[in-house]
Amino acid sequence: MGPVTQTLTRLPAMVPPAAELPARTDALRAQVREFLAAERAAGAWTPRSDVWLSGWDEDFSRRLAARGWLGMTIPTAYGGHGASPLDRYVVTEELLAAGAPVAAHWVADRQIGPSLLRFGTEEQRRRFLPGIAAGEVYFGIGMSEPDSGSDLASVRSRATKVDGGWSLSGTKVWTSGGHRAHAFFALVRTSPPEEGKRHAGLSQLIVDLHAPGVTVRPIPLLTGAHHFNEVVFDEVFVPDEMVLGEVGAGWAQVTGELAFERSGPERFLSTFPLLQALVGELAGADLGVAGRRELGSLVARLWSLRRMSLAVAGSLASGQAPELAAAVVKDLGTRFENEIIDAARLLVTVPPDPGADSGFARLLADAVLHAPGFTLRGGTNEVLRGIVARGLGLR
Amino acid sequence: MTDVHDDLSDALPEVDPDLLELAGSVFADADATGTGLDTALWDNLEQTGLARLAVAEDAGGSGGTLLDLAAVLVEAGAYAARVPLAETDLACRAAAGAGLDVPAGPLTFALDRAGALAVAGDTVSGTLARVPWARSAAAVVVLTGGSVVVLDPAAATVVEGTNVAEEPRDTLTWDGARAAVAAAPEGAAGEFALRAALWRATLLAGAARGALARSVGYAGEREQFGRPIGRFQAIQQQLALAAAEVAAGGAAAESAARVVVRDGIAAPTAELAVASAKVRTGEAATAVARIAHQVHGAIGFTREHDLRLTTTRLWAWREEDGTDGQWAARIGELVLAAGPDGLWPLVTA
Repeated sequence: MGPVTQTLTRLPAMVPPAAELPARTDALRAQVREFLAAERAAGAWTPRSDVWLSGWDEDFSRRLAARGWLGMTIPTAYGGHGASPLDRYVVTEELLAAGAPVAAHWVADRQIGPSLLRFGTEEQRRRFLPGIAAGEVYFGIGMSEPDSGSDLASVRSRATKVDGGWSLSGTKVWTSGGHRAHAFFALVRTSPPEEGKRHAGLSQLIVDLHAPGVTVRPIPLLTGAHHFNEVVFDEVFVPDEMVLGEVGAGWAQVTGELAFERSGPERFLSTFPLLQALVGELAGADLGVAGRRELGSLVARLWSLRRMSLAVAGSLASGQAPELAAAVVKDLGTRFENEIIDAARLLVTVPPDPGADSGFARLLADAVLHAPGFTLRGGTNEVLRGIVARGLGLR
Repeated sequence: MTDVHDDLSDALPEVDPDLLELAGSVFADADATGTGLDTALWDNLEQTGLARLAVAEDAGGSGGTLLDLAAVLVEAGAYAARVPLAETDLACRAAAGAGLDVPAGPLTFALDRAGALAVAGDTVSGTLARVPWARSAAAVVVLTGGSVVVLDPAAATVVEGTNVAEEPRDTLTWDGARAAVAAAPEGAAGEFALRAALWRATLLAGAARGALARSVGYAGEREQFGRPIGRFQAIQQQLALAAAEVAAGGAAAESAARVVVRDGIAAPTAELAVASAKVRTGEAATAVARIAHQVHGAIGFTREHDLRLTTTRLWAWREEDGTDGQWAARIGELVLAAGPDGLWPLVTA
C-alpha cells in the first residue's frame, strides 16, 4: 500500500473545509427576501434568467444601494458598509435566485470594488468607491480581444508612454454593459512580450468609456439583445493616475482575483428562475417516480454546489485564494445551469417562447439562448480543467 | 481590508489533524486486498480508540464527534478498509439509544423496514437479507417495527453473500432466537435511515478520492507514445472531471455531517442534506469509477491491480443504504411539497 499512501497524501484537498454562514446573516437574508417580495408585488421587474448579464436596471441598483446592499465589503471610509464577504454572499445569492435585475452594478460590485481596494491608489478609491456603493457608478471589464480569448496573454491593445500618461490603441470585445458603463478595467500591453515571459509587460488601465477616441459598438447576442460590445480605442489618453496597481503587473493582478470571480453563486444560479418555474409547472401534475428522481437529482446538485461555493467563500473571507476549488465550482456550476434546461425540457412539454412576457416559456427561451455563454465566460470550462489538472500535478 | 473580518465565529470545532494522521497510518498499514473482515485492522482500531470513535465514553466509546468519525470514514473509504466502522457506530447508537447493553467487538446494524422479523417477548424469528459483515459480527442490532433487538449471529442460519466489492452481505435466519429487546425511540427508523445514508455517502466520498489518487498516480507513471499519459490533454481533462466529482461528493458529505451536528438528525434540514449527499456521492461514484478505469486501461480491469478496491466499492455503496434513485425521488417529493416559492428557502435552510 506504500504507493497508494503516497498518492493519497499528495492529492490536494479539492475544496476548503465546509463553512457555515454566521447566524446573524439569517436576519439579513430575511430582510432581503422581504424587500424582494415587495418589489415583485409592486411589479417593479420580472424575474429573468441570467440577470447578471441581461438585467440592467439602474433604479433597482440605486434601491439596493439605499438599503446598504451594494459595496457591502467596501470600508465605511470609502462610502461602503464594512461588512463581511459572507454578508455580501447572502445578499447576492438572494438577488440571483429571485431573478432580480442586477447587471448594472454587477461588475463594479463584484470585482472592481475589491480590485480598487487591493491595488488602487487612495485617489482612485476616493474617486470610484463611493459611487459604486451608491449604485451610481458602473463598470465593465476589458479583457478579451478579437484575437485573444482563452489565451489572454496574447492581448494586443497597446499603451505607449506619453507625457502625463499613456496613449491607448486597440480593440476589446464582449464587454458586457460597455454602452452604459462609465469606465472599465482594460488589460493592455505596456511593453512588448519578452521571449519566454509572455505574461510580462501587461498592465491594467482604468479607461473612461466616454473619453475622446473611445468607440463603443453593439455586438448583439443570440437573442438579438444588446449586452455585449466592442470597444475600440484610437489613441485614447489615459492619465498616469488611472493605472491600476503596478505597470507591468497586470497579469498577476488579473489572475489573483479569479478565485473571487469563479466561485460565486452566479456560477450556478443563472437559470435558477427557470428551475423555480419548472417546479411551478409540475405542481399538481402527475409526476411519476422517474420525474421526481430527475427533479431531486437537480436539487441535490444545487444543494451540493452551494455548499461548495460557500466553502470557497469562507476560505476567501479568511484571506486565502483557493484557485483549484474555484475552478471546480465554475466547471460544475455552469454545467448545472445547463442541466436545469435539460430537465425542464424532459419534464414539461411547453416549447420555449422568446416572445412571451414572462413565465416558464420565456425563462426557458432565455436560458436556451444564453446557455452557450455559461461555460465560456470567466474562463472556458476546458481551460478551468487545465487549472485543475495542474493542481493535480499533471502539468 | 474590510471593517469586519470575522467570520466563522459560529464554526463548528475542527477535526484534530492528529486524529486524521492516526487514521491514515492505521488504514495504510492494513492489507486491503484480502476478503472478509480484516481482524488485524479491527484490533488496531480498537486499540487506538477509532473503532467506537463517536460513541459516548459512558457507552464504551471514545467520545469523539460525528465530524471526527466522518473524517475517519473518508480515510477508511479511500484506503478500502475491510472493517464495519460505520455499522458499529450505528449499532452502538441504536442499542444505547434504546437503553440496551452494547456488546463488545465489531458490530453490525440492520434497519428492518419491511417487517421481516417477528418479535414476541424476548424471542425473534425471521430472515434478514444482505446484512453487512454479519458472519464476523459479535452482534447484530436491528431496528424493527417499534423495537430495537440485539441478536447473536451465531444463533442464526447464515447464508453468506457479498456485494460487488466482495464485502460480506449475509442473509440471516433466526427461528425463535433469544434476543435483548427494547422499545425504539420515536422516529428511530427515519433517523437511522439518514444516519446510515450519511455514513455510506461519507465512505463513498473517501473511495472516490482513493480512486482519483490511484488514477493520478498511474497517469504520472504509465508511458505511451514516449511520455506519461498524464501529459496528454485528453487524459488531463478526464482527470479534472473526476476531480470535480470528488470535490462535489466530498463537500456534500462533509456539509451534510455538519448540518446533522448543527441541527440534529431529526431536523428537516438534515433530511435534505443527507439525501443530497447520498445522491451527489452516488453520481460522483459513477463518474469517478468510469474515468478511473478508462485512465488505467486494461490492467485496472483485472484482479491484479488494486484499483478495483475502490471502484468496486463505489459501485457497491452507491446502491446501499438507499440508492441514489430512492433518495433523489425523496428530494423530488420534498421539492414538490415546498412548491415554487418554497424551493429556494428549502435549499438555503
